[in-house]
Amino acid sequence: MLEENNILKMQDISKSFPGVRALNDVDLTVKKGEIHALIGENGAGKSTLMKVLLGLYDQDSGDIIINGNHVRINNPHDALSLGISMIHQELSLVPDRTIAENILMGREPKSKIPGIFSWNKLFDDADKLLKEIGMKYNSRDYVKNLTVAGQQMIEIARALSYKSDIIIMDEPTSALTDTEVDLLFAIMRKLKKSGISIIFISHKIDELFEIADRTTVLRDGKVVGVRDNADLNKSELIAMMVGRELTNIFPKEVVEIGEVFLEANHLTRTGVFEDVSFKVRKGEILGLSGLMGAGRTEVMRTIFGIDSLTSGELLVDGKIVHIKTPSDAIKLGFGMVTEDRKKEGLALVRSVKENISMATMKDYCKHSYIINRKEIINSKKFIEMLSIKTPSPKVRIGSLSGGNQQKAVLAKWLATDCRLMILDEPTRGIDVGAKSEIHRLMTQFAKKGMAIIMISSEMPEILGMSDRVIVMHRGRFKGELTRAEATQEKIMHLAIGEN
Amino acid sequence: MNSGNKKQLIPAQYKELLIKYKMFLILFIMIIFMTIASDVFLTPRNITNIIRQISINGILATGMTFVIITGGIDLSVGSILAVSGVLAAFLVKNTEIPIAIVFIMSLLAGGALGSINGVVIARLNVPPFIATLALMTAGRGLAYRISNGRPIVDLNPAYLMIGRGEFLGIANPIWLMIIVLIIGYILLQHTKFGRFVYYIGGNEEAARVSGINVRRIKILVYTLAGVCAGLGGIALSSRINSGQPQAGLTYELDAIAAVIIGGTSLSGGIGTIGGTLVGAFIIGIINNGMNLMNVSPFNQMIVLGLVILGAVVLDMQTAGKGK
Repeated sequence: MLEENNILKMQDISKSFPGVRALNDVDLTVKKGEIHALIGENGAGKSTLMKVLLGLYDQDSGDIIINGNHVRINNPHDALSLGISMIHQELSLVPDRTIAENILMGREPKSKIPGIFSWNKLFDDADKLLKEIGMKYNSRDYVKNLTVAGQQMIEIARALSYKSDIIIMDEPTSALTDTEVDLLFAIMRKLKKSGISIIFISHKIDELFEIADRTTVLRDGKVVGVRDNADLNKSELIAMMVGRELTNIFPKEVVEIGEVFLEANHLTRTGVFEDVSFKVRKGEILGLSGLMGAGRTEVMRTIFGIDSLTSGELLVDGKIVHIKTPSDAIKLGFGMVTEDRKKEGLALVRSVKENISMATMKDYCKHSYIINRKEIINSKKFIEMLSIKTPSPKVRIGSLSGGNQQKAVLAKWLATDCRLMILDEPTRGIDVGAKSEIHRLMTQFAKKGMAIIMISSEMPEILGMSDRVIVMHRGRFKGELTRAEATQEKIMHLAIGEN
Repeated sequence: MNSGNKKQLIPAQYKELLIKYKMFLILFIMIIFMTIASDVFLTPRNITNIIRQISINGILATGMTFVIITGGIDLSVGSILAVSGVLAAFLVKNTEIPIAIVFIMSLLAGGALGSINGVVIARLNVPPFIATLALMTAGRGLAYRISNGRPIVDLNPAYLMIGRGEFLGIANPIWLMIIVLIIGYILLQHTKFGRFVYYIGGNEEAARVSGINVRRIKILVYTLAGVCAGLGGIALSSRINSGQPQAGLTYELDAIAAVIIGGTSLSGGIGTIGGTLVGAFIIGIINNGMNLMNVSPFNQMIVLGLVILGAVVLDMQTAGKGK
């Protein structure tokens, strides 16, 4: 009988990617006219689940039932025709066109002349739709003139124009001000009243209690619990999100921690992060935790001279330094393994050898002329030291596995004899074996007195590898925990902005 | 080492070689075909002719190779060639400046124009297509200004030696091309600068993060392309005994074609000078061969267009499979 009420049922959904099981028998049930929150840490499987629902990924097993009918969703178009639409975190509007064109894109109303559509009718239709939902926009305005919240509203209007019964909102409030959030929530309540169901993905616990009726918690690709929000409290929710058993054994060793190597005081980059201070010592692994978008990567990018700093000072070995370019940072002994090795780490079409030498070419040159022998000896040294599996140093690096590519990025920086290694998500997207190898290498580096800053969204990695953890929330320093103090719950409390 | 996959028709290592040297293979097949089709083709006279005809394109294409490996493009080299050509002719005709100095000044003029491209692209972040399109137009105007709209003819015979003379029985423009190719090859394969060019084309952001001064390298690359164009302008004006303001029209396209046919990737990071030379040869042989076979110039252009398209399609089909 209750089934009647369920507009969407996803049953036993599983999905694996090479090396990772992203979803493991996940169930999600959404009732008609319900705002259903989907919550979990970074990488818990929320996005993957939604991509399955939208037909962007094909599930390995499991069923999707909509209004009692088993359906197959092969692409976003199928999803749309079944009444499912998604409002993405990154908006997908065309800024230089009008609101009406954006809402009715691809479905412009016809005029009497074949092949030509009617502008008047387009604007009329769009205005009518906006009025129905209660949005006070003129459909002739350009999207680029709207605020982020306004653009989000237009996305919602577009979703509704498809007569969607289920709207997925992925972190819709992340770029909104408080008043805008209220506005969004008002619209959401209105939609709910008219029987539309919303799947609301958010990191913000408070919002979830304010707007959602029920919550499904995901962790490591599994459903940990489904609760009515009326019976749920914050601590319980946090416990559900993080409460995994820490079975992973990390190759962490106690290393003698030396002098302060880098000291950052009141670092600010306007609009990105504010007043961030920390120290890292020789031999220490400093974990930098926080949710996605907390500003962790951005802080490290400015320290490395990729982006510029608005204010604040940096001290290396107690002396004030000015870092304007990555080259300045490298001269001071910094190395940086970026978050996205394909985007900022490697030249995929070039060889393993060339990628390893990228930051140290001058060492293999005599008057600008490359001494091949020197370069090859050096690359072989690191290939052996980090056991990078490659048929030869001359193979294109793009043909290696993710783990070996990542090791080559490490090799590039080791070749610079760096004294501080910044590692941004060092084990993302690589298999378990390579992961633990990289952790072992980190321990080795620390033993040699290298200072390490590790950004990681994986809680076990943060807890397992860090000597100290600092947590950021919305571009600000939120708290610091020693290795002994740090627990999943404490970190998560700080990461979501609680004290 | 020899763990070749037995299931494959062609063993992996041969396949890789085949993909790597495919354009060389095509050139070889073309030569064999032409030798059979025409008695005149494989005579020393005709071969030197072909090489002399491709010499200016070979010079321009060497500079263009660097540009395209960084992921850029340079549409202005034809115009720069004209500016250097008329400038050299003007100086030779109207001043007493020694030929050697004129030669250097014209090269520098080409380099200066190229460096404008580089600065606009690297400092102002203007897309290379637009920046060099602008200089293509402005440069042509500059060539007309210098020459006052008329060809500068009847130049000093000493100057004409650059384009018409011979050394060891080989025409000077061929020597110039050989020198440029060798310098280009050494720069690209054996110097830090060349490696940085590959890194920037392979992943500009990674190069920047690795401490490479990306802007400086880009400015140098466009400057180099400008110097090559300047040299081409000198060689051409002295060979035809005339500084023509409309010289070098569409030469940039021939240079780009040679580079692309030679296997350099338009998306950057991949390419060699040897490949570019092969590309220039393929274009030269198509033109020469069709002349020998009395194919009309109109049809020659159609064929050349198809060859360029074919080369790119072939490259895309085999790209990534050789890794």
